[in-house]
Amino acid sequence: MTGQTEQTAGQMTGAKMVVQALRDQGVDTVFGYPGGAVLPIYDELFQQNDIRHVLVRHEQGAIHAAEGYARSTGKPGVAIVTSGPGATNAVTGLTDALLDSIPIVVLSGQVPTFMIGSDAFQEADTVGITRPCTKHNWLVKETDRLGSTLHEAFHVATQGRPGPVLVDIPKDVQFATGSYGGKETRSTRYAPPTKGDGTAIEALARAMETAKRPVFYTGGGVINSGPEASKLLRDLVAATGFPITSTLMGLGAYPASGEQWLGMLGMHGLYEANMAMHGCDLMICIGARFDDRITGRIDAFSPNSTRAHIDIDPSSLNKVIRTDIPIIGDVAEVLKELLGVWSARGRKTDREGLAQWQAQIGEWRAKDCLAFRNSDKVIKPQYALQRLEALTKDRDRYITTEVGQHQMWAAQYLGFEAPNRWMTSGGLGTMGYGFPASIGVQMAHPGSLVINVAGEASWLMNMQEMGTAVQYRLPVKQFILNNERLGMVRQWQELLHGERYSQSWSEALPDFVKLAEAFGAKGIICKDPADLDDAIMEMLDYDGPVIFDCLVEKHENCFPMIPSGKAHNEMLMGEVSTAHAIEAGGAVLV
Amino acid sequence: MLNIKAGSTSHSAYNLRSVYSDVEERHTLAVIVENEPGVLARVIGLFSGRGYNIESLTVAEIDHTGHMSRITLVTSGTPQVIEQIKAQLGRIVPVHEVHDLTVEGPTVERELALFKVRGEGDARVEALRLADIFRANVVDSTLESFVFEITGTPEKIDAFADLMRPLGLIELARTGVAALSRGPDSRV
Repeated sequence: MTGQTEQTAGQMTGAKMVVQALRDQGVDTVFGYPGGAVLPIYDELFQQNDIRHVLVRHEQGAIHAAEGYARSTGKPGVAIVTSGPGATNAVTGLTDALLDSIPIVVLSGQVPTFMIGSDAFQEADTVGITRPCTKHNWLVKETDRLGSTLHEAFHVATQGRPGPVLVDIPKDVQFATGSYGGKETRSTRYAPPTKGDGTAIEALARAMETAKRPVFYTGGGVINSGPEASKLLRDLVAATGFPITSTLMGLGAYPASGEQWLGMLGMHGLYEANMAMHGCDLMICIGARFDDRITGRIDAFSPNSTRAHIDIDPSSLNKVIRTDIPIIGDVAEVLKELLGVWSARGRKTDREGLAQWQAQIGEWRAKDCLAFRNSDKVIKPQYALQRLEALTKDRDRYITTEVGQHQMWAAQYLGFEAPNRWMTSGGLGTMGYGFPASIGVQMAHPGSLVINVAGEASWLMNMQEMGTAVQYRLPVKQFILNNERLGMVRQWQELLHGERYSQSWSEALPDFVKLAEAFGAKGIICKDPADLDDAIMEMLDYDGPVIFDCLVEKHENCFPMIPSGKAHNEMLMGEVSTAHAIEAGGAVLV
Repeated sequence: MLNIKAGSTSHSAYNLRSVYSDVEERHTLAVIVENEPGVLARVIGLFSGRGYNIESLTVAEIDHTGHMSRITLVTSGTPQVIEQIKAQLGRIVPVHEVHDLTVEGPTVERELALFKVRGEGDARVEALRLADIFRANVVDSTLESFVFEITGTPEKIDAFADLMRPLGLIELARTGVAALSRGPDSRV
């Protein structure tokens, strides 16, 4: 037993310390790519079996895979990259995780301390480059401080508003021997408050009692807070009978089959959700941040509402939208207290007002904003997703997406019944996210069905990860809605730039079936709506990675849409004319 | 509901203002940070990355054993921007405390400056006389130049600079503002 004690604490090399710290944090999977400055760590990884290492084909893939792992498990994702280009390739993924508040820990190799600043081979100022795209980062210059820094890194990544952190470890620090004291050695100072202010919670409970047109507007913060937050949210919605909408990031916290579900809100949100936000008299924002994709024109945003905002990050409050009842705290803790206070006050709501509000929402719902003109000649992307939904909704299913029209259609036409089942790049809008993320999800849930809903252009951005999927026998399904266009760019060019389709088509596309076969995977192509169900079933029945090349209508636009610079009640629907939909003021917006 | 928030502005006797006013205010912030590499870059990067103003920034270690530094920062913006700056600063992991001295009560603000003034004859005599009025010290002298050391509020130093300019001011170095709350108590 003494031998074992020596292994888990005491004197050891920095490289061994890295592996031991990961073990002590309960890490079972890391995603990474070796290189000169991380060789000692890879040598230690080689000599153990507790932690699986997934060799990606590009460091960006490692970070997105770690994000997918984190979002589908609620645990921090871990990636290892080498110095210089390894670290700079991680930047997009770090920024993505920062904007979507995903806890990941990235370990980067660095040139030895005595060479830092000499423009050494594969040297980059990694902490300098990643400072604005991490929640926090560290350059560790002494092996004695490595262990405590690694544990601090996990703590910072997961506490408060989660986010990506990076620990830069020079090669000599990995080789040198230092003392390791286990998990308890981290400094304990970083401890953001999680309990909401009682007076503000009481004020919200009071507002809920008299609201005639209330709406819950929830976001990724509910999911980040953990499964308890989603459960409490469901209890609160059931008890109050208030309608609920969610951002792209928050889908699944409240079930899509739930009685009060309005669907997603925002630029491509549902008509009833956006109209409810515009017309409400009490908006209860929970773990969302009034992103510009949500608010539309700010001075016309929900003009007659009292707004409550529950968020763990004080900087999210009053950042873009004025808040009347700000509550800083963890969603689960605040919801628990809110439910308690509101119940203690007699569980009152304005039933009459609420009935009228529900009737009004019913009228908006009746518009059936997701209706589209189907075809029996060509597969409509919406139809493809409807069929995918019908054929997979009862399975143990996880969905990732790339970025663009397909992403919005997936959010509109797929239903999420549980949190942590939907992984999409919301804040940064990273094309190339979905495929590596699906690999991370599949590693965490080997027996589950993992589908990446993709566009062909996004998918090509990280297609090298086919190698990873095949190597680890990960049966990820790449469901590519192939319109041979950069669909969302094309849509904006149609609406905003006089139908001049500058560089927005995908020329010289690969034969996706042959591409799949070249990697040793299965390829399926489908272009006839009549064949679609069989083809999807063939994909689902195959025990291995599949590229599904679904040839869809090339010029379909994604509706409903709030054009840039417009308000929630100025949505474009599918059938109306879209000429001049975006005016000069909106044209400068992204 | 809570449109008026107790807080800010040195212009109101009641210390009340709307958080959503469009009027730009000047605020002096004291930021207590862990003295670790990169912490100043984090603070400055926040201001440049989010487009906030820095009118002045000073930093020095104040507690060697505790590895703590104090950054005194003068910034300007609408109340909403000021609140956002404070919240964003508070989010930086090695930032321990953020104090808005402008809101928290009366403060004393001082800046030190060095002026090199070159001249002969009447101008030189006049410069020396004005330096005396402003309680500036001569810390270096040649037959054709002085270096004055002056301490005071930024406004006083501005005024002294305006007077020295026609008298042969050729170089100026300012430290930026250091500030503390008045009275016997410490809030930091």
